[in-house]
Amino acid sequence: MIRAVFAAFLALALPAQAEMQIKEVTSPGGITAWLVEDHNIPFTALEIQFRGGTALDAPEKRGAVNLMTALLEEGAADLDSRVFAEARDALAAEFTFDAGTDSIGVSARFLTENRDAAVTLLRSALVEPRFDQDAIDRVREQVLSILRSNEKDPDTLASEAFNALAFGSHPYGSSGDGTLETVTALTRDDILAAHKGALARDRIYVSAAGDITAEELGPLLDRLLGDLPATGTPLPARAELLLTAGQTVIDFPTPQASVLFGHVGIPRDDPDFFAAFILNEAFGGGRFTARLMSEVREKRGLTYGIGSYLVGMDQAELYMGQFSASNDKVAEAIAVVREEWARIGTDALTEEELATTKTYLTGSYPLRFDGNSRIANILVGMQMDDLPIDYPVTRNAKIEAVTMDDIRRVAKRLYQPQALHFVVVGQPTGL
Amino acid sequence: MPGKPGLMNGLMVGICAVFALAMPAAAEPVTSFTLDNGLNVVVIEDHRAPVVVQMIWYRVGSADEPAGHSGIAHFLEHLMFKGTEKIGPNEFSAIVEAQGGDDNAFTSWDFTAYFQRVAADRLDLVMGLEADRMRNLRLTEEDVVTERQVILEERGQRTDSSPGALLSEQMRAAQFLNHPYAIPIIGWRHEMEQLSREDALEYYQRFYAPNNATLVIAGDVEPEAVRALAEKHYGPIAPSDGITPRDRPQEPPQLAERRLTLADERVSEPYVFRTYLAPERDPGAQKEAAALTVLAELLGGSGQTSVLARALQFDSPTAVYASAFYDGTSIDDATFGLIVVPAPGVSLADAEAAMDRVVADFLATGPDPAALERIRTQVRAGDIYARDDVNTLARRYGEGLSIGLSIEDIESWDDALSAVTEADIMAAATKVFDRRNAVTGWLTRPEPVAEADAETAPAEEATE
Repeated sequence: MIRAVFAAFLALALPAQAEMQIKEVTSPGGITAWLVEDHNIPFTALEIQFRGGTALDAPEKRGAVNLMTALLEEGAADLDSRVFAEARDALAAEFTFDAGTDSIGVSARFLTENRDAAVTLLRSALVEPRFDQDAIDRVREQVLSILRSNEKDPDTLASEAFNALAFGSHPYGSSGDGTLETVTALTRDDILAAHKGALARDRIYVSAAGDITAEELGPLLDRLLGDLPATGTPLPARAELLLTAGQTVIDFPTPQASVLFGHVGIPRDDPDFFAAFILNEAFGGGRFTARLMSEVREKRGLTYGIGSYLVGMDQAELYMGQFSASNDKVAEAIAVVREEWARIGTDALTEEELATTKTYLTGSYPLRFDGNSRIANILVGMQMDDLPIDYPVTRNAKIEAVTMDDIRRVAKRLYQPQALHFVVVGQPTGL
Repeated sequence: MPGKPGLMNGLMVGICAVFALAMPAAAEPVTSFTLDNGLNVVVIEDHRAPVVVQMIWYRVGSADEPAGHSGIAHFLEHLMFKGTEKIGPNEFSAIVEAQGGDDNAFTSWDFTAYFQRVAADRLDLVMGLEADRMRNLRLTEEDVVTERQVILEERGQRTDSSPGALLSEQMRAAQFLNHPYAIPIIGWRHEMEQLSREDALEYYQRFYAPNNATLVIAGDVEPEAVRALAEKHYGPIAPSDGITPRDRPQEPPQLAERRLTLADERVSEPYVFRTYLAPERDPGAQKEAAALTVLAELLGGSGQTSVLARALQFDSPTAVYASAFYDGTSIDDATFGLIVVPAPGVSLADAEAAMDRVVADFLATGPDPAALERIRTQVRAGDIYARDDVNTLARRYGEGLSIGLSIEDIESWDDALSAVTEADIMAAATKVFDRRNAVTGWLTRPEPVAEADAETAPAEEATE
């Protein structure tokens, strides 16, 4: 008997005529998913996230979760790597497996006519991966190749230096890909342990969009995920932010330096989050009218692109920005960023900036929900952020509710020019 | 998996932007018409969400630039955001953003395109904006000087900071002996530094006109409503009399293989990259391009099942990555590419020899019929998946029409792919794998004894 429960049933009113209904589906076995049905195109987009990700690695096993995730498509049950890939391609199913800092993501697309077979194959990859030694060795060489490339990539060097300064020995302080030493030393047992610890039912978030009903999705969830272990490795502890104000220059032979900068951020569930979100969009959103783009690119031509980001990780928050600039222009660009960072902290936004940023954010939000793959992706992210299922209909009101007083108060809190740390990888002059 | 695509992207920037296997048939209703002033209009309906994309595709790209002014097509693309008589500098984007929309633009060898994505009921507004800047661009000297710095920074970020991008640029210059495809879209730095306001305006006034453009409107729209709006905004614009057939200098017979090596201390993973001159998709004649597309998929489309991956990564640990590429969506000659990143301890010479053995074996034995059948299945599925993303659909129509294909050519592309036989593949492969048409590039680190050290070190030590 199917016990698919519609715990919530609501309509997201989009401008004009369309509306989108998000259903919460709970499987007979107790796995919950959010679903948007759309039977226009005969396929389903499925998104699964396992909270934890590469931050679950023990220090001496750094890179285990990443390598394990990369191996999920390299053979399962009685199918070796090649036969697995041939079976997937013969079904025209698409699976991607991605190890992030805080979660492992699984994205799948499959045709309605092949749904059962595709789910069976995906289940085998998640539940019964083979981790054959030859596949481990082959994919390990690819990871090592990437690690060696990263050592010569200014953007990656900047990011790794910044993370190390910010988080030290916490997993956030080093690359989830591991190091040449740790990845070389990983054994098959390490991969098996990483699998057992990371893909567990106590940390699953699921969404689906497309040509599937709630009645069909419920049992599918149990078949796909029901045989995973009930519990996994404990999540990492809260990360202490060790970053101090300053500037770190890493010498690297490139005509153009990569720059990463930032300081402490703001949690996603903080009452001031929406004000901070608006401030950042006006200040460092990727749009041409944002302040950083306007001041550093449009007015002065110092860079091709510059932006800032509220970085919300599970166990820490940062407020960061990045750009690249020719070595002889980096110092001026950094000076402009520092000035702007100080100016917004003091003067906040103009009434016009607040109004236009709100209009942009509220106007663009409904435009995100165009396509099964995009919708499934958004829904799983909402669950990871612990947002309510009616968030899409209440979100714009939260943006509108932010007042200029909120903006002024939060600007003082968010922007701390004296706390900024700049990491520069290149051969900058005048720094 | 996370690693492999990342590695590929890192290496292949600018080489292989599009893999054109999954192309749409008449997935969604597509309507087309032409205004009296020559503007082609294509409407792709997708009523699932109240969103619309406007794209204007000018049939002019960097391969149409005047000699010595490389980069002007792309520079003008940037300058198109600097305003008109009605719209102030950078106000274009601000107006679109105030509606919750996004906008951007891109330049290729064969076309330059501008797009906005907005709520469907704002189409009138963005059409008015785009029509306005088709003829009324206004540029100040200051705009030009500042934006020229931006494109030089862009070149610094995308090309000069990446040894792989520099190698690709050098290889392309060697691949095309006579055709302007030899010149990078972004331009050569010394010519970019000289680009002027007059260069931009001259190019703009000649090429930006309704009779040299395709308008693609995709999303929650009705064709008749689009026609009325297009007549209102674009209809009054006079055509340009400077539009001539795009007869670029063509390649002579290529008689000698070219080889080059780029050594850079920023290289961590050396690789060997080979391109062959290859035929492109032509109006009404896509069969050979379809065969080459399937050939690239068979040889290099999958890290687990493709011929190169099996031979060089599975059967012998010669490579950490091996692939093949082809995109025939161009007006003139295309290229077919092979790449091998050797495993540690394998030299570039050995990697290249192994790559050539795989190709020779393939030419001797032919494709695996089961692999060909799987590709046909994926082509059919790709047609369904493509319908989920109206932006990509719009881009395929815009790109195809801009290189002279008809809507029928675009919509029959997946039939052409499905119809490819083993014999077609072998014929296309035998023809394309001709080393006289090939450029082979090695990306390496400098020799262990660097020149700077040799100058200061005693001679007997430097010769070790």
